[in-house]
Order: sequence, then structure tokens, then C-alpha cells
Amino acid sequence: MTTTNGEFITFDGVHKSFGKNVVLDDLHFSVGAGERVTLIGPSGSGKTTILRMLMTLTRPDRGTISVDGDYLYHEKSGDQLVPASEAHIRKVRSRITMVFQHFNLFPNMKVLRNVTEAPIHVLGTPKDEAEAKGKELLELVGLGDKLNAHPSQLSGGQQQRVAIARALAVDPDVLLLDEVTSALDPEIAAEVLDVLRDIAKSTDVTMLLVTHAMKFARDVSHRVLMFNEGKIIEDASPEQLFNEPEHDRTKSFLRSVIDES
Amino acid sequence: MNFEWSGVWDAMPTMLDGLLVALTATGIGYVIALVLGLVFAFMRRSESRWISMPVGFLVEFIRSTPLLVQLFFFFYVLPLIGISVSPLATGAFALGLHYATYTSEVYRAGIDGVPQGQWEASTALNLSTRRTWTNVILPQAIPRVVPALGNYVIAMFKDTPQLLAITVVEMLGGAIAIGSETFRYSEPIAAAGLVYLVVALLMAWVARMVERRYGQVRV
Repeated sequence: MTTTNGEFITFDGVHKSFGKNVVLDDLHFSVGAGERVTLIGPSGSGKTTILRMLMTLTRPDRGTISVDGDYLYHEKSGDQLVPASEAHIRKVRSRITMVFQHFNLFPNMKVLRNVTEAPIHVLGTPKDEAEAKGKELLELVGLGDKLNAHPSQLSGGQQQRVAIARALAVDPDVLLLDEVTSALDPEIAAEVLDVLRDIAKSTDVTMLLVTHAMKFARDVSHRVLMFNEGKIIEDASPEQLFNEPEHDRTKSFLRSVIDES
Repeated sequence: MNFEWSGVWDAMPTMLDGLLVALTATGIGYVIALVLGLVFAFMRRSESRWISMPVGFLVEFIRSTPLLVQLFFFFYVLPLIGISVSPLATGAFALGLHYATYTSEVYRAGIDGVPQGQWEASTALNLSTRRTWTNVILPQAIPRVVPALGNYVIAMFKDTPQLLAITVVEMLGGAIAIGSETFRYSEPIAAAGLVYLVVALLMAWVARMVERRYGQVRV
């Protein structure tokens, strides 16, 4: 995979509303393989919904989403698109994983088990191999000494680093990061972002990030999409978007985020 | 009223026979309640309304009718449909089914108590539905329900005298039999009450031990 603007992930005419509240309105965009794209915008502008749709946690009302040519929610039946079977969804989903705002580690499993659970039971990796890789990943996120700890014994920042290791353990093609530092103190958040920065620079995993950490977004992303009221109002390189935003809404949003931090 | 403690002791051998019967009914009934309750809880969560609706109706029906009625029902109806088992087996089954409707609600609350994020993390890791249940959801739901499930074993044990209605002689039945022979009822019934008390207290103690061992939730 190379860092180019292919069409690895494509949203085509995606619409989502919750009740009367339209969250995403006729959304079209695509992300190239290996590209790291940050979604920014005020809360409620649909950023997280996009990640959740890719993770099959929220279904779109209309439109199609595809990953490397495979539709996520549809299957081809002759010339027609029909709703996908559970097996098809699982197959496409196997290339994607997500890190959550609230970590969502499995509290009934020790740290290492959290990381090896999916490799062993989903990918069919032999246990010793999965554990060796799990240890490696936990060392990568600076938690090589916490293999046998319970998640409840870890700080929020440590838990989130385990969650990152757990996500990397399934060897994803697409990594979704949903406000992964929003629940953390600024200092702890910085630790987690450092880990992510290193990972981002050393892999060719396609990443979609929702974050309010603008400096981090600027450092790691190839592209930034500014959302407002369910639409993309600006799509530019981080240099362009942060230094010379075109849209007034982007300017006011960036100003408010910077004031906050 | 004269009350002879010796009458209480004299009744004890009969009480111990009766206790064995009561514990058998409770034991078998409890296993049925634990397993069937989980099955009911799963079926009520089914996405198919053809499964969840009838099971929901059945659970509400059993929960809202007296155990005694259900005991008579199975006692007289099972033989009619060609199932002839002992009254004790019938009683244990009815007790188990009755309490399964309660345990199913307990399981349901326990399952609902597992945070949504656990399901979402399981999806993000592409765990199969079965793995999600066995490795993520149930190991977190069950410790939450251990205290409530422990209480039901005691409640079931205390409901075993109702089996007398379908000719199962446990402690109360034994006490009444002694009374009808000796014309002294207060002592054997007091003996039965005493055994219920001691065993129920013991069960409560064991339940608390189990709770302490397995009932902790690490979050």
C-alpha cells in the first residue's frame, strides 16, 4: 500500500438521521489507501457517526459505503445491490477496527488477554504466537510490565494504550480513532497521542480520526475534513486548513477550539 | 398449651428424611431454573418476534400464576400426555420452571447491565456473536446476578412444602403425618420450622460465600 489518493474507502450519497435530526446529508467522500484523515467540526456535526458507520455500529439510512471495492452494507446480486448478509458484513468488517473514547476494554480479562482475544478467536492465530505478538504490541505502547494487570488497575491513559494495542493486534487495514483522548487529562492525553504519533508514522494503515487535539491532527494527518451540520464544508491538507482556512465556519471553529485549549 | 421439647426431638428422624426430599426438589429445581432461565432470557432477546413474543408471554403467564396451580396442573396433565414420572420429579420440574421465569428476569437485568461499549468493542474486534456472549457479555453479567440467584435458591427451598399438595412428603408433610398419629401437631411442626430455619440460614451463608468469591465485578 502506498500513501496515495486512491479510493480505498468511499462514502456515496450517505444519509443518516436520528428521528428528525439529520446528522449526515447526502455525504460523498473517499479516502485513499494508507491515508490518514482527520474529521473535525463542532459536536453533532456527524463525525463520530461516520466512524460508527464504518464500524457497522450505526447503519446508514441511505447510500453506500465501500471498503477496497466491497460494499459494507450491500452485496451485488447480478446487477442489483441487495442488503448484505451478516457473513458479508463480517468479512468486510474484518479489515476495520476502532479505538473508542471510553476505551471499552474487557474488564473480565487481563491486559494481555484483551489483546490476544481477537487474534486467537477471530483470526485463528495460535495462542503462543498471539501472546508473543501481544507482548510486543504492549511494549510498543509502553505497557510491557502490565501484561497480567486487570484493566481496572490501570489509569485511563494506560487503558487507552491497551485499547490501541488491542486494535493493532488484529492487523487492520483501517483504524478508526474516535476521540481517543477526550476522556483523558491533557497530560495523559499527550502520552497517548505520542504513542499514536509513533504508530501513525511507522505504519501504512489507513486512519480516520475524530479528535479535538488539533496539533496532533496537524502532525499526523494527510488531509483534514471540516464538518458542519452534516456536510463537509472544507477538505484540505492540514497546512492549508489550519493556516489558511477558506470557510468562515472553519475559521470560527478553529478559533473556538484554540481558545478552549 | 403444653409444649414438650421431647416431641420436637422425636420428630427429627422424620424431619431428616423430609429434608432429603426437600433438598432434592430444590437442587433439581434450581438447576432447571438456572439453565432454563438463561434460555428464556436469550429467547426474549431474540430479534425474531416469533421467538421473543411467545417466550415473553409464557414467562409472564407462569410468573403471574401461583406455583400451587402449576403443581396441580403438571401433576394431573403430564400423565395425560403420556409422561409418567414420580410426584417428586413433577414437583422439582414445576418448581424449576416457576423459578426460571424469575431467574430469566434476573439474567436479563444482568445482561442489560453490561455497558453498550462492550458490545461495540466486540464488534470492532469482529468477535462472533457466540464469542461475544461466552467471552465478553456473560462473564460480566453473571457476577452481577449471583446475589439475586442466591436468594432464589432459598426462596425455592421455602416453597417446597407446597409439594405436599401433589403427595410429596417432605418436612411439613412428615410433621403432619406424625401429628395425625400422635394427635400432637405443635411439636413436629415446630421441628419442621426449626429445620427450615437452620437450613435456610445455612443456605444464606453459603450464598454469601459464593457471592464473595464470584460476585465481584471488576470494572
